[in-house]
Amino acid sequence: MSVRRLAKEQPASFAFAPDIQDKVAWWIAKFPPGRQQSAVIPLLWLVQKQQGWVCEPALRVVAEALSMPVIRVLEIATFYTMFQLKPVGTVAHVQLCGTTPCMLRGANSLKGVLAAKIGAKDHCSTDGRFSWEEVECLGACANAPMAAINDYYYEDLTEASLEALLADFDAGKSPAPGSAIGREGSAPEGPALTLTDPRLYDGSRAKPLGGLPNAVTPEPAQ
Amino acid sequence: MAGILEDKDRIFTNLYGLHDWGLEGAKARGVWNGTADMLAQTPEWICDQIKASGLRGRGGAGFATGLKWTFMPKQLGERPHYLVVNADESEPGTCKDREIMRNDPHRLIEGCLVASYAIRAHDCFIYIRGEYVHERERLEAALLQAAEARLIGKDNIHGWDFNIRVTHGGGAYICGDEMALLESLEGKKGQPRLKPPFPAGAGVYGCPTTVNNVESIAVAPEILRRGASWFLGFGREKNSGTKLMSASGHVNKPCVVEEAMSIPLRQLIDDHFGGIRGGWGNLKAIIPGGSSVRMIPAEECDVALMDFDDLASRKSGLGTAAMIVMDKDCDIVAAIARLSYFYKHESCGQCTPCREGTGWMWRIMERMVTGEAEPKEIDMLLDVASQVEGHTICGLGDAAAWPIQGLFRHFRPEIEQRIANYRSRRANVPGLTLIAAE
Repeated sequence: MSVRRLAKEQPASFAFAPDIQDKVAWWIAKFPPGRQQSAVIPLLWLVQKQQGWVCEPALRVVAEALSMPVIRVLEIATFYTMFQLKPVGTVAHVQLCGTTPCMLRGANSLKGVLAAKIGAKDHCSTDGRFSWEEVECLGACANAPMAAINDYYYEDLTEASLEALLADFDAGKSPAPGSAIGREGSAPEGPALTLTDPRLYDGSRAKPLGGLPNAVTPEPAQ
Repeated sequence: MAGILEDKDRIFTNLYGLHDWGLEGAKARGVWNGTADMLAQTPEWICDQIKASGLRGRGGAGFATGLKWTFMPKQLGERPHYLVVNADESEPGTCKDREIMRNDPHRLIEGCLVASYAIRAHDCFIYIRGEYVHERERLEAALLQAAEARLIGKDNIHGWDFNIRVTHGGGAYICGDEMALLESLEGKKGQPRLKPPFPAGAGVYGCPTTVNNVESIAVAPEILRRGASWFLGFGREKNSGTKLMSASGHVNKPCVVEEAMSIPLRQLIDDHFGGIRGGWGNLKAIIPGGSSVRMIPAEECDVALMDFDDLASRKSGLGTAAMIVMDKDCDIVAAIARLSYFYKHESCGQCTPCREGTGWMWRIMERMVTGEAEPKEIDMLLDVASQVEGHTICGLGDAAAWPIQGLFRHFRPEIEQRIANYRSRRANVPGLTLIAAE
């Protein structure tokens, strides 16, 4: 397991922004009455979206919003590794997947690019605009190696394409997520091998079925 | 034709997102067709059909889905019933549910409705992993479309009140375990609960709950539409149906593809994944089912079939049918050591054998990579692995042990050679601390 602690330097207070207040209420309403604690992970995520990371005063705000003990919120924030417990880069935070499927396809060389362009792992760059970390499998293995930059997946990376992405972020652009080599989702490179039959898409599947196979005819109502 | 499954038999016809993911596009591809007829049948009929189709859970364990649904109470009592969809796809190598959620979300939503009716649930939660932000947004948008068209929700056109909600996790692999998922859904740390009670007795909020994988749920309506015998027609006995399979690592064209069960492993790789990098002769080993199974060496890959029973007979497993392919150019010990780090990182810390054992295994594996380990440490490592395996509440301990056991089962002489090579370069004097040469 990973040992995670709150940052030493903490802001004095935290409050949800007005536009995020609605989302807080929306999340709490998703769960049955009295089960509002279920919304704790989504609420901490909202904190992170607003502030970039999860600070100690925010834990108290979330605990109050959900009427749960602060220690339980602290438990959640330190257990789930998606929550950043210290500030991350303001322009881009790169989460590079380093688990075996990505490693086999060259994630280790991408680490070199990030170290050269941004600096040491788990630290912000000197200007505070960029940061990077190595994360465990992000579940896009057919498009390895990949990195999540500010939540969205950038796939099929090479050293050159990762450098280009970082340069784009640096220039204030927001490059489109997806495959860096132009693949459609997780389709194989090159011409399509499957799903080429036009009859799948001509609407013939939407015609009435005329009953289900093996269906039981309901007994006529008395 | 590539593979053995014909296009007309594919369930996930928008797997690559080339077509409209929205409601209109999905309807044109046959989703939501005849759903009302399904709900006009009894829940027992649906369970019987799914049982007859031989559908086994697609999340890795391979438990019969229809049978699982019948474990739910037959009458709706005071406690509501819940369907929980496990979309916490975090197994290294696995990326199939993601394609369903972002490219064919309505197939999943329709499946949720049908499965909920079969288990008499009016409420459903989809627990999606936190990192799948794009997939969650897509799913939420699809839910809005379905609710506007009154396909789901209260007083919908199907006559079964159905409330479906998407929630998300926080990046913990352990929450893919159904008991940890339920804890996490309740807003706690994802530490698995002991079974029994099983979820069908006391699941989320202490209510009867069924937890299913995304793919298991998403294929259910299509099975009912086309008939159980159609699904049963693919694959060997007890391994029926079609399945999303994927490859990562050293194949020429990694991708996700739907194929018939029991397809020969080699045919799958050659037809769909463009073969092994450097040719079939360059293959070293394959982990066939996500990372949490034992690997199979190249000579067995020639004859292995992609189904539950054949791979189990090779002391491996189908898991999620997401293969990690390793060729002879890669350092296979380093690849497994990285997996050991993964399990060390993702252990929830609840059971001592797993919390401590995964760390021990990782540290010894790192020494195996360089060769600086003692020869006797191989047996020590296997001993630790066997003591972790089977001595934990959930399967993570087993999953951490199996890749290591698989490595030594097939490649032990290679690692012994590595240790010998490392030692032969150094003076072997007890107590001598060696300083790196300048």
